[in-house]
Amino acid sequence: MTQESVISQQMRDAIGVESEAITHEVEKGAIIKFAQAIGDTNPLFNDEGVARQTRYGGIIAPPTFMRSLISNAPPAYKSPYSANLDGGSQWEYFHPVRPGDRITVTTMLADLFERPGRLGNMLFSVRETKYANQFGQTVALQRTTGISYDP
Amino acid sequence: MGNQVYFEDVQEGTEVPTLRKDPTTQQLVKYAGASGDYYQIHYDLNYAKGNGLPDVILHGALKGAWLGQVMTDWIGAEGMLKSLTTQYRGMDVPGTPMLGKGVVTKKYTENGENLVDCDIWLEDHEGKKTTPGAATVALPSRG
Repeated sequence: MTQESVISQQMRDAIGVESEAITHEVEKGAIIKFAQAIGDTNPLFNDEGVARQTRYGGIIAPPTFMRSLISNAPPAYKSPYSANLDGGSQWEYFHPVRPGDRITVTTMLADLFERPGRLGNMLFSVRETKYANQFGQTVALQRTTGISYDP
Repeated sequence: MGNQVYFEDVQEGTEVPTLRKDPTTQQLVKYAGASGDYYQIHYDLNYAKGNGLPDVILHGALKGAWLGQVMTDWIGAEGMLKSLTTQYRGMDVPGTPMLGKGVVTKKYTENGENLVDCDIWLEDHEGKKTTPGAATVALPSRG
């Protein structure tokens, strides 16, 4: 038996539409606080004195710090489900992120599909988020898969 | 900084040093604050149960951060993380240790870079790989 799709036309119309850009200034304290929260004591992310002696010349952000640089929401749609889980991320990295950088974040819904799972019918939403610095360089791309379900 | 690993030091099958994490509910609150992810399933037990979950669960992205750390601990200041993929297949709860591990699957030179692909994963305290992933890094050469 095939269940009727929960993906509405309104949801399909949201695919490919980019969010309004938002720019975050990266503070050194925020980098250190993020490193402390994940329990990462690497001096590159925590200790200016040690990091200064490396080829980076100072503190840089740990790989997933950009999670804290939150995008504006892409076009809203009425989701059929209220509960959400994070399915995973694919990151690509091009340049380090440093204190004082101004990172502009844009995101868009790239795909929607559904599949039965442990928690019933599950709606998968794939989002692509781009992080660019003040020099116009793309520093990272993140492709995330969110999972929604009926609790 | 610790000992630098070089491209010449690794081959297919080389194991990445294991990273141990002991997540607590306090760490989930710290991660919520640092990341801005305030979804209640990570710190409100009643809310988590109302969503059909057994307990508050670790943020997937916190586990993703640990997989990133598995690589950045290993590659040192001279290595570069090029890509990181994380899949949150199983839910994990605070209070039991998790181990981050990895193994080299391929080494090659491309566009002048010395690249190494790795399979990486987090295991729960029963050895179940709840969080598989992959990474590509560039390593310095001794040459």
